[in-house]
Amino acid sequence: MKMIAELGAALLNWLESVGRAGIFLVQSIVRLPVRPKESLNLLVKQLYSVGVLSLVIVVVSGAFIGMVLALQGYSILAKFGSEEAVGQLLALALLRELGPVVTALLFAGRAGSSLTAEIGLMKATEQLSSFEMMGVDPLRRVIAPRFIAGVICLPLLSLIFSATGIIGGLVVSVNWLGVHDGAFWSLMQQSVYFDTDILNGFIKAVFFSVAVTWIAVYQGYECVPTSEGIGKATTRTVVLGSLAILALDFVLTAAMFGDF
Amino acid sequence: MRSKRIELAVGAFIVVGIMAFVYLAVQVSGLAFSDKKDTYQIVARFDDIGGLSNRAKVTIAGVNVGSVESITFDKDLYMGLVTMNIDSDVDNIPTDSSVAILTSGLLGEKYLGISIGAEDEMLKDGGEIFDTQSALVLETLISQFLFKAGDSE
Amino acid sequence: MTDAYIEVRNVSFSRGDRVIYENVSLTIPRGKITAVMGPSGTGKTTLLRLIAAQLAPDSGELLVDGKNIHALSRSNLYKARKKMGMLFQSGALFSDMSVAENIAFPMEEHTKLDAETISKRVLDKLYSVGLRGAAKLMPSELSGGMARRVALARAIALDPELVMYDEPFTGQDPISKGVLVKLIRQLNDTANITSVLVSHDVEESLSIADHVCILAGGRVIAEGSADEIRASDNAEVQQFLNGEPDGPVPFHYPENRADAGKGVL
Repeated sequence: MKMIAELGAALLNWLESVGRAGIFLVQSIVRLPVRPKESLNLLVKQLYSVGVLSLVIVVVSGAFIGMVLALQGYSILAKFGSEEAVGQLLALALLRELGPVVTALLFAGRAGSSLTAEIGLMKATEQLSSFEMMGVDPLRRVIAPRFIAGVICLPLLSLIFSATGIIGGLVVSVNWLGVHDGAFWSLMQQSVYFDTDILNGFIKAVFFSVAVTWIAVYQGYECVPTSEGIGKATTRTVVLGSLAILALDFVLTAAMFGDF
Repeated sequence: MRSKRIELAVGAFIVVGIMAFVYLAVQVSGLAFSDKKDTYQIVARFDDIGGLSNRAKVTIAGVNVGSVESITFDKDLYMGLVTMNIDSDVDNIPTDSSVAILTSGLLGEKYLGISIGAEDEMLKDGGEIFDTQSALVLETLISQFLFKAGDSE
Repeated sequence: MTDAYIEVRNVSFSRGDRVIYENVSLTIPRGKITAVMGPSGTGKTTLLRLIAAQLAPDSGELLVDGKNIHALSRSNLYKARKKMGMLFQSGALFSDMSVAENIAFPMEEHTKLDAETISKRVLDKLYSVGLRGAAKLMPSELSGGMARRVALARAIALDPELVMYDEPFTGQDPISKGVLVKLIRQLNDTANITSVLVSHDVEESLSIADHVCILAGGRVIAEGSADEIRASDNAEVQQFLNGEPDGPVPFHYPENRADAGKGVL
């Protein structure tokens, strides 16, 4: 009996926090900026720290993952004498799965955690209260630009990741392993479709960006404002963010590519 | 000024992102922007469509002239009904042409190959190719080979 | 009774199971410096947050300038907050803006002044806290005392009617304390501001306060002028003022009976 009651209480608690996070998301998007020019400045600043600063890790990981895929794919495909198909393998793997998913995971680690820590620290040093006291809504001023920047950056980063991955794979397979480049491109172009592959991958990245950035800013905003609390919130951002990405990826893949 | 540099970096980032998108669209998926060609439809019925899928290419003499629009099951004849779009500038396919389901390479995709007939009358929109050759199914091939080997002994 | 700027009427507030206020009533007179004192953990900062309506009481009401602040709509509340300035314990300067930008921020946000007027006003405010030379520094380059003075300049940027000071003296060296005491007094007298000062620094607070409230254990245990408080014969008040380790406020944190005799680890 007691266990059921506890379970029920835990469920209600969980539902409540989901509701709070939902209201938080809606409020931070809906509140329109009072001064458009200043909001744009804030957004640009966040695009810089969320997007531009994540560029290096995304480009480097993308290139290496493309190169590894090409090596692995080549050694297996060569057994069937169809090593030209390495381009097809590379493009489909990157566009459909690795591009959006790996970029989102990197993004959760690189940008998500720093968003949480930054907002958490602003809370701990009473900067958020200070905004409130000045009659400035911290959701509008602090959260909204960060959220929007995250949602813009992740899909762009994911495209850049896929493109560098394909270029990395091209270098390995064509320039080093001697795959014929005409066959490499034509097999790739034959099997890659703009809507099912590129667009679907992009849509995935958009979903991931909303989930990860939402989790990151919410964890920062709701964290216990102590050094321990910020640490925990940062960890939660990475853990919950990664889990959300993988779970969402399953659902989206089933909806997009599963033939039911 | 610091903020100018930030704006520049953000601008470059967005441009690079869009370039990546265009690169993927054009170079990787081979999307051509003036792709919407006029087409007409013809149909063909197969005993076994064996893994042919929507949007598979349709070729004449190995050259791409169209794509598969839909594959449905013909309930009355128990056959696979394949509808394909043919580019309208290829308007000289004789009515007695034949169509076969082919495979590109050992593990490649299935596609349709049309072999030209000799009639003077040409296929029009909604026309049908009656001479069809179904997909080669590996299991059938192997069993045929085994039976033949058995017969010759 | 003097003219009250803030009236706290029978306010109760609790955080989880912990009762912070039980039926507290007090008044903060207009145009004077009121010091709210009490041991750590009695919810002095909470009182300021209740006044600013960042927190809502469980019961009772708070009148600020005659209006029940918790009954205001969101936009009216934001308007009411423009008449309040708050000096946070940590200063709470925006870490991504320079000193001058910090002070300009409330003006940019709430007034239609042009950039030139704002920059002139920023320098005025900085001058009044003696930090004109630090306008271009970033908050991370300031010492604790300077940061608090900058925060004070920002709190008065919009010429508020009410300034709340949250532990302004904590962690400051004697010179900084002296500077802050002087500044608070000066601001209050020249700009006709109502000041609320939350602190447990007895000497500094009593030296500038016109009106003193002492909170302990969720109640107001004494209220009156600084001299009245000093002369109080309430044992709790005397213990607090003189810093005696044991007395009505026990030295030992109460132990849970059920745990008695068990190990602590």
